[in-house]
Formats: sequence, C-alpha cells, structure tokens
Amino acid sequence: MALALISTQVGAPGTLDPVHVHHHRYDAVIVGAGGAGLRAAIEVAGTCRAAVLSKLHPTRSHTGAAQGGMCAALANVEEDSSEWHTFDTIKGGDYLVDQTAARVMCAEAVDAVIELEHFGLPFNRTTDGRIDQRRFGGHTRNHGQAPVRRACYSADRTGHMILQTLYQQCVKRGVTFFDELMALDVVLDDGRVAGVVAYELATGDLHVFATKALLFATGGFGKVFKVTSNAHALTGDGPGLLFRRGIPLQDMEFFQFHPTGIYKLGILLSEAARGEGGVLRNAQGERFMERYAPTVKDLAPRDLVSRAMLTEIREGRGLGPDADFLHLDLTHLPPDQIDAKLPDIADFVRTYQGLEPKIDLIPIQPTAHYAMGGIPTNLDAEVVIDAAGTTVPGLYAAGECACVSVHGANRLGTNSLLDIVVFGRRGGRAMAAFVADASQPDLPADAGGDVRRRIEALKASSGGERVAVVRHQLQEHMMLEASVFRTEESLTKVAGHLGELRARYGDAVIDDKGAVFNYDLTEALELGYLLDLAETLVVSARARTESRGAHFRDDHPSRDDANWMRHTLAHREADGSVRLSYKPVDGGLYEPMERKY
Amino acid sequence: MEQVAADILTVTLRVKRFNPAVDRKPHWQVFTVEGMEPTDRVLDVLHQAKWHQDGSLSFRRSCAHGVCGSDAMVINGANGLACQVLLSATGPDVTVEAIRGLPVVKDLVVDMQPFFAQYRSVLPWLVAEGDPGYTERRQSPEQRARFDDTTKCILCAACTTSCPVFWPNGSYVGPAAIVQAHRFIFDSRDEGTADRLEVLSDRSGVWRCRTAFNCTNACPRGIRVTEAIQEVKRTILSDRV
Repeated sequence: MALALISTQVGAPGTLDPVHVHHHRYDAVIVGAGGAGLRAAIEVAGTCRAAVLSKLHPTRSHTGAAQGGMCAALANVEEDSSEWHTFDTIKGGDYLVDQTAARVMCAEAVDAVIELEHFGLPFNRTTDGRIDQRRFGGHTRNHGQAPVRRACYSADRTGHMILQTLYQQCVKRGVTFFDELMALDVVLDDGRVAGVVAYELATGDLHVFATKALLFATGGFGKVFKVTSNAHALTGDGPGLLFRRGIPLQDMEFFQFHPTGIYKLGILLSEAARGEGGVLRNAQGERFMERYAPTVKDLAPRDLVSRAMLTEIREGRGLGPDADFLHLDLTHLPPDQIDAKLPDIADFVRTYQGLEPKIDLIPIQPTAHYAMGGIPTNLDAEVVIDAAGTTVPGLYAAGECACVSVHGANRLGTNSLLDIVVFGRRGGRAMAAFVADASQPDLPADAGGDVRRRIEALKASSGGERVAVVRHQLQEHMMLEASVFRTEESLTKVAGHLGELRARYGDAVIDDKGAVFNYDLTEALELGYLLDLAETLVVSARARTESRGAHFRDDHPSRDDANWMRHTLAHREADGSVRLSYKPVDGGLYEPMERKY
Repeated sequence: MEQVAADILTVTLRVKRFNPAVDRKPHWQVFTVEGMEPTDRVLDVLHQAKWHQDGSLSFRRSCAHGVCGSDAMVINGANGLACQVLLSATGPDVTVEAIRGLPVVKDLVVDMQPFFAQYRSVLPWLVAEGDPGYTERRQSPEQRARFDDTTKCILCAACTTSCPVFWPNGSYVGPAAIVQAHRFIFDSRDEGTADRLEVLSDRSGVWRCRTAFNCTNACPRGIRVTEAIQEVKRTILSDRV
C-alpha cells in the first residue's frame, strides 16, 4: 500500500548506522490514530490517497482509556435539548468557549451518537432498546436547574468502544495505516502544507511524506505533570513540532485536573462514579461538596471539584499520614449497579489499591487529565494562526491536541469524546474537499534533514544528563508550582526551573545508539516537546492575572472579564523565547454570568 | 493474591534480551532494582531498569493501567500485562520475556502484524445493510448483554500467544480473533455471521482449539475466552446463533 518512491541512504558520522530515508506521496495524511484521527480517516477513505501515521498501534491510543460517556441531547430518558447542552458547555468553560463552535458541537452531538451506533458501537440500552443515558458533571436541565441524564455510555469503557468501533470501520474501508511511525517534523512551504517527516520505530528509518493536506490528532500532553491520568505516549508531539515551526498554541494555561484519580498513581476513576450516585468525603466523613456547590453537589464541573478537594486538604481535612488525599464513597450504591455500570473502575481499585469498592472508601486525589488548549483551529478543523483567522492551507488539527475552542477554560466531562468525533469528522470532510482542488506541493530536497540531525546529535551526545531524571524533575516542578493553584511566585519559580531543565536537556545522553525499537531515543525526543509545552503553559499562565476555569491564581482569585475575556496565543520567537498575543472570544449567544452550581 | 510482608523490596529482574543488530540468539540480563514497593507494577520495575540502568532495554507500553494492551509479556512463566501485575503477586524475583509465537524483533517487542492480520481475517466490523434512518437500531438490554464479555477485548495478544496450538502453528487464527468474531456473531444487529463462520470453520479456524484454557487464564480483561470459542463452535454445528 505504501507508495515508496525512492529510498536513499544518508551517511551519518562516527560509528552510527546510516539513516535510511523513504519517500511517499499522498493527498491526505493523518497523524494520530485515536478517536479524532480515525474519525477523520473514515471521512477521507475512498475519496483520495490517504494514510494514517501512529506512533502506537491504533488500538493502543488513549481514547481507549476514556470511561464515562459521550453527551448528546437524545432525550431518550428525560427531556433535554442541544441548546441546554450548549449552555452547559459554555458556562462549564467559564465563558472562554467560542460559542458558535459549542453550538455546532452540541447540535451535531445527536447525529454523532446515532452514527456511532450505526457503526456498531455497543451502547448500554434502556428497557425499550434505546441508547441509555446517565448524569455527568456540569450537564444540567434548563440552564442549571438540576443534573440531567445526557451521557450515552457503554458501561465505564465508552472510550474503548469508540476506539474499537472507529478502528473497525477503518479496517472495513481499507484505510492505509503506518503503525509505529512517530511524526517529528512538519514541512511548510510558502505558507502551505508540503509534508510531514516521521521516524519508524521498528527500523529507525525516516519517512518523508509529501502531502497536500495534513491533520494532527496526536492527543494531549499530560506527561508534563507528575500525577496524571494520561498514558506514557501523551507527550504533545503534534503541538510541539508545529510550535517549533511557527504555529502558535492557544490557551495553554488551561489544564484540567480530574477530581478522582487513584491516590499517587493518577489512574482515572470516571466521573460516572458520581453520576451513578457516588460522593466525595473528607477526613471527617463529611460530604463536603454540599458546601461548595449546593445545587449539583458532587456533580459540579471538574475545576470546581478539584479546587474544593485541594481546599479541604489545605485546611487539614485530608486523610492519610500526610493528610493529602480524600475519599470517593461508592459503598451505598447497590452492588449490582457497580457491577453493571462501573465494572472497570471497580477492577482498577481492586488491582491497584487492594480495596473492594463495594465496602471500602477509595483514596483519591486530583490528577492531570486534559489540555483545553492546543493548536488553534476553526469549525472545519483548519489551523488558524492569528486573531484574524488566517489559515495555513492544508493544515488541520482535531481532538485534544486542537483548540477550537469548545472547552474554553474548563471542559465538561464527556465533551472530549464528543469533540473528537464531531471535529474529527469535520476535519476529514474539509480535508477531502481541499485535496480535490489542491495541487501537489513540492518538497525541499532535504526535508528530513532537521530530524536526522536531531537524532544524530542525541545518539552522538556524550553529555551526562539522563532523560528520565530531567523528565521527572519537570513533572515534579509542574505539579508543585503550575497545577491547580498558581501564584506569580510559583510560576516565576517554575519558569526558572524550566530554564535550567532546558539547558540540561541540551546535555542529554542516551544509552541506546541502535536503530531497532530505540525507545531511549524516542523518549528523549518526546521530552523536548514536553519542555516546550510546559514553557508555553507557564508563560501563558503567568501573564493571565485572573482566575477562570481550570486556571486559578491565588493572587488574582476573581474572573476579570474586562481584561481577560480573550484567548491566549503563545508564539515561539526566533531567539527561542515565548511571545504572547491575544484574540477575542466568539460570544454572542450567552452573556457571561457568575458561575454557581 | 499473596501479600508480601516487607514494604520495601529489592527486586531481581531477569529479562530475556535480544538485539538483532548484535545478537545471534537471546540472552538473559539480570537487573537489581532497589526501593520498590509491593504495590508497584512489573512495568514500574522495567522502567526503573531502563531509565536508570540500561536505556537500551526495549518494551512497549502506554496507558500503564491495563486498557491499551501494549505490554503483554511472559511474567514468571505466565502471560500478563506488565502494568497489571503487581510485585505483591510476583514477589521479589521477576522474570520477563517476550510473548511466544510471534517473531521477536527486539527484547520484549514482537512483530504484531501477523496477529493483526488474523484479527482482520474475521471481518471485525458490524455488517448491517439496512438503513435504520435517523435513529438508533433497537437492541434490548438482554441482547446487548449477550456479547458484552467479548466487547472488552483490547487486542493485547496475551490469549493467542499463550495458546499451545498457536505456538507451533501460526496459521491458527487464534483466540483473540475468535473473540472478535464472537463479539459480532452474537450482536443482534449483525448480519455477517455466515461469512465469519465460513472463515472460522476452515482448517485454521476454531476446530484447532483443544480447550487448553490457557487463553482464559491469560486474558487481562477477564474474558471467558474458551467459552466464547466453544459458543462459536456450537454455532457452526447447529448453524444458528
């Protein structure tokens, strides 16, 4: 299937193996094979020559770890409307959401769920055979009156089912996959997309893809934090490599901490646990969310719950020898409800904590979960590089790596699965239309040169810094100084640490100089992106002297609409520094109001 | 699971290593990894060895909590996911090697393409031609429950590579592909059963299974794999779902 046109050998210095370079030509290339990438692939399949690159086998993608559900106002079990869903999404995002985009996503949600069902997704069913729905944080009836049953789900493995189903549809359509190819550079030529450069894990070879259109769907970058629900693979390669080529990154200061991560490990325990009736308790056994969100209590949005939890811990009501965790209580739920609706998370608690969720309280702490920010995009998933909406012809992004922005300053639970399906489809559709009229771009002769030099430099390095040590310190500092609570002081501190870590990264050494499955090398390359993205996060957060959604400043605890109702754009300058600019929020449907639940 | 009394463990990790660039055959390397706890995963031990002792050690992993299926390996003689097996179960002596029956590419990394080719051979997608219109196809909770167990498969290959029939005969379609077929055969919405059963009744199909139950024991998702295979066999014999 691969259109390998030419293979060349480029000599490398010293005793290193020569690097083989393979050249390919496609109309459309998708980087990443999670939900967004696969949904885009289904859309372009059969319309043009298309390929999907993924650094993992597609079914290993982290979409598969999503648990609780995907919201859509089907109204299968109670009255609901996509307008209510839109309102909840905008309010949940603390009014930094682009409102047209939210309206589009929530309106297309119904269609997206029906389509997944037609693709074969095994949703849980109501007694009359329709798709069942359950409650989720921040999703309410009639603009905040009470929780509403809006999340369509498949036990607590909804993401697994979405990933499997979309992959099945790609296999059915004969989509061309390049498994275990890691994208490392984009080739832009005269303001448009020309290609992408990828590293093949199995051989160490480089692959240069000339392509008219390129869609990034590489997921998040939770690995900048110590305690995270994110997979090891989630190192932000897509946003990272684009940032280095001059594409700005939007709203990077907004990073969601999910309230219920398994203590110390960060493994996600779905919000569906609270949707099914679970509650949070402090050291006194008190259901403390009643004080913070009197109406929806434990089903408040994640930013509010995570802050409430850390406030309880700060005020001495945490548990354990260090008083640094709280409890998730499922003991009052009927045991068969846990078996039927929450089987996987119950198993996680048994496996990793040695506890029985039907009788034991579960130690939990907030875990770094989701990047609201990312590659700025419009409704067609086209990448936009400035406040005027200027696009880069042929360049697209969708899913967590993108920022449309439908999540604003804080994403509502389930809206990520919705985002990947809706905007993966929109991106694929737009790409297919674009390539029909676009000419094939010319690639420069040595398009893979920069990547080759980066790899050679790492293999040739005789420095003294181990990648794992630098990465660990990055994750520790980000957790301590740039997570749920931030101040000018903490952000200044972490900015200093990032500078030191960046210098040490320049001295990184790897043991493995080989070509075959050299994860020593790829972890070093990934760390480079993590450092870049951490810096954009910290610089953006330091500038934003207000508190909004997931970005909370102890020294500026209020939302400041007069000055900060705007998106941040972080740009890489020639000297390596980060410059910020801003663009307005697309409002108009709902006036910002105080966010109470 | 047996609890190990000591809180801090020094783990002796034996890894079967193979680097195609320099090795003619595999060899064992022993790592001593200090400061581990009984609640740590085998994956944590592998990471400590790789990150702080020898970066050339290669193994796949991603989610680290048993849902992505990357890190199936033979752990103390039994197939499992390195991120799902804790030191409280293995004790301080941990031996790991690549899963069997697929070509070893490097260390613990095998070539998964033969496995995915078998997956593709059973038509792993919903076959349903009629247009249900702008609404979901109806399916009762009982119909949905009928195939729930086999929807949990994460394609980690722990089952297929534990199968003594598969080891000497890579053409056997293997438990994982049969599990995938089962997921559709028993889905009330699916219309592709005849085509799938044709694939599975041929000489490399379900009749190779000798009900060794290794697959069921190996499945990190607790799928009753052998039972699923038997249900497919019975369906072929009775010619109805």
